Amino acid sequence: MLPEKLEKLIGQIGETGMFEVEKGAIKKYADSIGDRNPLYWDDEYARNSRYGAMIAPPGFFGWPTQWNTTMPFFSKFREKLVSASIEEGFDKLLDGGSEYDFIQPIRAGDILASMPKIIAIIEREGKSGVMLFSTLETTFINQHGVKVAKYRQTIIHRK
Amino acid sequence: MTQIYWENIEEGNEITPLEKKPTTQDLAKWAGASGDFNPLHYEDTFAKTQHMEGPIVHGQLKRAWLAQMLTDWIGEYGDLLKFSCQFRAVDYPCVMKDLFESTGDDNPLMCKGKVTKKYTDDGKNCLDCDIWIENAKGESGTLGKATVALPSKG
Repeated sequence: MLPEKLEKLIGQIGETGMFEVEKGAIKKYADSIGDRNPLYWDDEYARNSRYGAMIAPPGFFGWPTQWNTTMPFFSKFREKLVSASIEEGFDKLLDGGSEYDFIQPIRAGDILASMPKIIAIIEREGKSGVMLFSTLETTFINQHGVKVAKYRQTIIHRK
Repeated sequence: MTQIYWENIEEGNEITPLEKKPTTQDLAKWAGASGDFNPLHYEDTFAKTQHMEGPIVHGQLKRAWLAQMLTDWIGEYGDLLKFSCQFRAVDYPCVMKDLFESTGDDNPLMCKGKVTKKYTDDGKNCLDCDIWIENAKGESGTLGKATVALPSKG
C-alpha cells in the first residue's frame, strides 16, 4: 500500500514556471553537446529553413525568466515529492529515465510556460525491497498558447 | 546536411553512429549550459564520497548526444517526435591531452541506434528506433527509444 501522504500527491500540479529561449543560450547548449547544426548557429540559414527561425535543440527549453523556485534542477515541486518520500523512509534516489514528446518546434525568442504535474507514484517489489517509481510530467506551452513539448522524468525511490 | 528519405529506410537499418570523447571540460560546459551544477560531475572529492572513482558524465548530456545522433541522421526535414532513455551505468570522462582536446583513448563513447519498426501514422512516415550508448568494452549503460518522422520522396 502506498503511504497516504504519497498517494495524495498523485495528480497534484506545481507552480507554473516561465522560460525564455534565447539565441545565446541555444548556442551555448549546442556547443556543450558538440552539435554544429546550422539551425542552432546560423541565423540566415535558419530563417531560410522550413522553421523560418533558429530553433532549440530537442530537450532544451530555455532558462527561467526570473530567479525562482522553478530553476531547472531546483524545482520546489520536485523537492516536495522527494521530501515526502524520504519521510516515508525512501531516502535513496535513482534517475529512472527521461521521456519527451516533441509536439511543435521551439524557436529562438519563444517564451515557454512550464506546468509540472505528478502523474504517477507506483509501488513495486524489487530485489532490494519495496521501491517507488514517481513520474513528474512537465508540459511546455509557448506564447501563442501552443503545446510544444512534454517531458516526463521518473525517479526511483529506495529504502 | 544530407537528407534521408522514408523510402530508403528499412527495419533493421542502423542509424549513423556518433562518437564522443568527453572530458571534464565538456562536463563543465554542459553544467553551465544546462544548469545542472551537481558537483558529482566536476568535483573529485565529492564524487568519491558518492562511491564513484571520480566525476561522472551527466546522464542528461548522454541523452543530448543521443538526440544529436538522431537529428543528424534524420536531417533538416525529419522530425524527432518521441524520445526516451534510461541510465543504467555511469561513464567516466576522458583525460585531457591539452587545453582543448581529450586523449579520447581511455573512455570513448559511441552513440548507436537501429530502426525497429516502419509504419505510417496519421499521415506521418514514422520509424521507431532503439538507441543506446556503448563504451569501449561494448557495454551499453544508456538505453532508449525514439520515434522519428521522415520526408517522402513522393
